[in-house]
Amino acid sequence: MSNEAVLHAPAGAGLHHEAHGDHHHEHHHETFISKYVFSMDHKMIAKQFLITGMVWAVLGGLMSVLFRLQLGYPEASFPWLEDILGKWAEGGKITPDAYYALVTTHGTVLVFFVLTAGLSGTFANFLIPLQIGARDMASPFMNMLSYWFFFAASIVMLSSMFVEFGPFSGGWTAYPPLSALASASPGSGTGMDLWLIAMALFVVSSLLGGLNYIATILNMRTKGMSMTRLPLTIWALFFTAVLGVLSFPVLFSGFILLIFDRNFGTSFYLSDIFINGVGALPNEGGSAILYQHLFWFLGHPEVYIILLPAMGMASEILSVNSRKPIFGYMAMVGSLFAIAILAFLVWAHHMFVTGLNPFLGSVFVLLTLLIAVPSAIKVFNWLTTLWRGNIRFTPGMMFSIGFVSLFISGGLTGIWLGNSALDIHLHDTYFVIAHFHIVMGVASMFGMFAGIYHWFPKMYGRYMNNTLSYLHFWITLAGAYMIFWPMHYQGLAGMPRRYYDYSVWESFKQFAELNRFISTVAMIVFAAQLLFLFNFFYSVFKGRKVTTQNPYGSNTLEWTAPINPGHGNWVGEIPEVHRWAYDYGKDGKEFISQTTPVGADESSH
Amino acid sequence: MSTIAKEAPKRIHPHKFTLWVAMGSIIMMFAGLTSAYIVKKNQSSWLEFDLPVVFMYSTLVIIASSVTVHLATKAFKAREMGRYRMLITVTAILGLLFMGLQILGFMDLEARNIALTGARSNSAASFLLVITGLHMLHVLGGVIALMVIFIKAYVSSVKNYSSLSIELVGTYWHFVDILWIYLFIFYNWIS
Repeated sequence: MSNEAVLHAPAGAGLHHEAHGDHHHEHHHETFISKYVFSMDHKMIAKQFLITGMVWAVLGGLMSVLFRLQLGYPEASFPWLEDILGKWAEGGKITPDAYYALVTTHGTVLVFFVLTAGLSGTFANFLIPLQIGARDMASPFMNMLSYWFFFAASIVMLSSMFVEFGPFSGGWTAYPPLSALASASPGSGTGMDLWLIAMALFVVSSLLGGLNYIATILNMRTKGMSMTRLPLTIWALFFTAVLGVLSFPVLFSGFILLIFDRNFGTSFYLSDIFINGVGALPNEGGSAILYQHLFWFLGHPEVYIILLPAMGMASEILSVNSRKPIFGYMAMVGSLFAIAILAFLVWAHHMFVTGLNPFLGSVFVLLTLLIAVPSAIKVFNWLTTLWRGNIRFTPGMMFSIGFVSLFISGGLTGIWLGNSALDIHLHDTYFVIAHFHIVMGVASMFGMFAGIYHWFPKMYGRYMNNTLSYLHFWITLAGAYMIFWPMHYQGLAGMPRRYYDYSVWESFKQFAELNRFISTVAMIVFAAQLLFLFNFFYSVFKGRKVTTQNPYGSNTLEWTAPINPGHGNWVGEIPEVHRWAYDYGKDGKEFISQTTPVGADESSH
Repeated sequence: MSTIAKEAPKRIHPHKFTLWVAMGSIIMMFAGLTSAYIVKKNQSSWLEFDLPVVFMYSTLVIIASSVTVHLATKAFKAREMGRYRMLITVTAILGLLFMGLQILGFMDLEARNIALTGARSNSAASFLLVITGLHMLHVLGGVIALMVIFIKAYVSSVKNYSSLSIELVGTYWHFVDILWIYLFIFYNWIS
C-alpha cells in the first residue's frame, strides 16, 4: 500500500508544491567528517542519536530475550548460549551472575540510553529547530558535545560488558551496598566503576542537550511563533528538557556520594556491614535509604522524561492524521505542566516499603494519585481528537493510537500501585514490571516508532515501506500485551521480580507455562523489531523518494522547508508564523499552514 | 487564544539564557546535596564540630573577587582595556586564593583529627568535603573561563567590542560567589 493511498490524496489547496531548492544552497564546504561525524547540524545530530539509540535498543532487547530464555525454560540448556556467552552460560545455561547482569544492563540501557537519549535526543534535536523556525540550536557546538558525551558513555557502558567479572549486576537503580562495595558481588567491582563513569558521562550529555533545548525553544522562535502557537511536540520536549535539567543534577550528587563511598572509604550510604569472606566493615552511620531518595528524585521525573516526548508526538500525529485540530490545546499544555510539577513531588512512592513514615506515605499517595488528573485530561483529549475525525491510518498514526491504548492500560495499574497499602503486597512483584513496561517502556517505544514513521520522510527524503510497517505494528502491539498482561496476574499472586528461577518455588510453579508463553512471545516481538530495522535501513537508501514538500498536508513549519533541508533548514528567509499549528478542517479548508496569514473573515488563534 | 510570550523587541542572548538555566541546574545539584545533609544530620551518629575559621576569610576573598569582576565588566564597557586585564587577573588570583583557603580549611579539620575520608570518617565531615569540594570545582571552572577571556584579550588582533564573554563570566562568577555564601550560611546556621 502506498502512502498516497493511505493519505487519500487530500484535496486541500497548496498541497502539491513541487520541491524546490533541494540542497543546492550550502555555501560552506563540508567534508565527510564535518558532515557525518563531528556535525553541528541539528538534523545530523538527531540521526546520530537515533542510530546509536537503535544499536542500544537491539542490544538491550537481546538481553531481555536471553534472560527470558532462562525464565521460560529454567530446566533446558542451550549449547549455543555457551558459544556466544562463554563462561557466563556454562553448559548452555545462563549463570545467576550473568542473569543479574543481563537484567541490570537491560534496565539501564533501555531507560537511559534508548528511551532518554534515543528518544528525546533524536526528536528534540530534529524537531525543535524545524518546528519553531530556527536555523539550528542555540549552541550547535554544545549540541555536538551532547552527542559525543553520549557516545563516550555508550562506549564505556559497552566495555563494562567485556571485563573479567562482568558488568554491574545489582539492578538498574544501583542501590548501595551492592553498588558501593566492590566486594559485594562480582559485578560490583570494575563493572560498577564503568557503570558509574558511563552514567556520569550520560548525565553531562543530557544536561548539555537539555540546556540547549530550553534555550532554543525560548529564544530562537521565528517571527510570530508565540508560545501558544507552538506545536504540542515542542511543548512536550520543552517540559522534558526542564525535567532533565532539574533532576539529573540531583542524581549526579547521589552518584558523587556513591563514588566517595566506593573509593574514599566514606560512610554516606554504608553502615554495619558484614561481607562473607571479607568480614565486618568499619563504616558506621550511613544510610542506604538516603541514596534511594536522591536516586528517585531523579528516577521519577525520569519516567516523564521518557514519556512526555511520546505524548507530544502522539498529540501532533493524532491531530494531523485525524484532520482535526487537537482537542483542548491549552488543556494539553496545562496537563503537561501539571505532570512536570507533580513529577518532582512523588518520588517517595517508590519507597513505601522502606520504613517510610506512614503519614508521609499518605501525602505521597495523594500526590501520586493526583497525576491521574492531567493524565486523564490528556487521554480524553486524544480520544476526542480522534472522535469523528477523518482518520488516515498511516503507520505513524497506528503507533500513536497504540500509544494511547498502552498509556490507558498501563496508567490504570498506576492507580493501584500509587496506594501505599496495596503497594505492601505489590511492591517488587511482576505487577510493577507489567505496569512500568506498558505505561513507560512500550508506550514510549510506540511514541518513538510513531515519530520515526511520521518524520522519516522529513529525515531522509524517502518513505518507509508501509506493509512492513503494519506488520511491525500489529505484531508489536499484540505481542506487548501478550507479554505484559499476564504479568499482572503473576504479580497479584505475589511473584517477586528479579528471581533467577521460579520453578523451585512451590507458590510459583503454577506459572511455568505462562512464563514459557511470555518468553516465546518476547522472542517473536524481538524478531519483529528486526523487520523494522530492515525497513528503516533499506528505506534510508532505497525507499521511494518524497516528491512533495508536504506529504501529510500538515500545518507545521518543518514541512515548509525543502524536502532535503541543508544546514540552516530554509532557503532564504525563515517563514513567518501567523496562526497556531492546528487549523485542520477550518472554514472548509482541509488544512491551513502556520505560514498562511489570517484572513479578514476568520478569527485567529 | 491569549499569547503567553509576546514578541519582545530585544531578546536575551541565547548564551546568557543557557547560562541561567545551567545555574538552575547547578542549584539543583547543591539543593540535592544540602537536603541529603539535613536528612543525614537528623539520623544517628552525626559528628558535631566547629567549622574551620579560615572559611570566614575565604568568604571575604570570594566576595572581593565578585567586586573585581564587576569592575572588570565596567572597565571593558568603558574600553579601559589595561584596567580590564588587570581586574580579571586579580579576580582569577582571588579565585585561586579562595580555593587555597578552602584546602587550608580541610587541612585544619584533619589536624583536629576530624577525618574527611577513610574508615574513621564521619559523614558530617565527608559531606563538608564533598559539598565544598564540588563548589571549588565550580570556582575552578570560573577561573578557567577567566583565563580564556584573558588570553582572548591579549591574543586577538581583531578588536572585540562585544561584552558578551565578560558578562557571561561575570554572571557565573557572582553565581558561584552567592552559592558559597549560601553554603556558608547553611553550614553555620541553617543545618
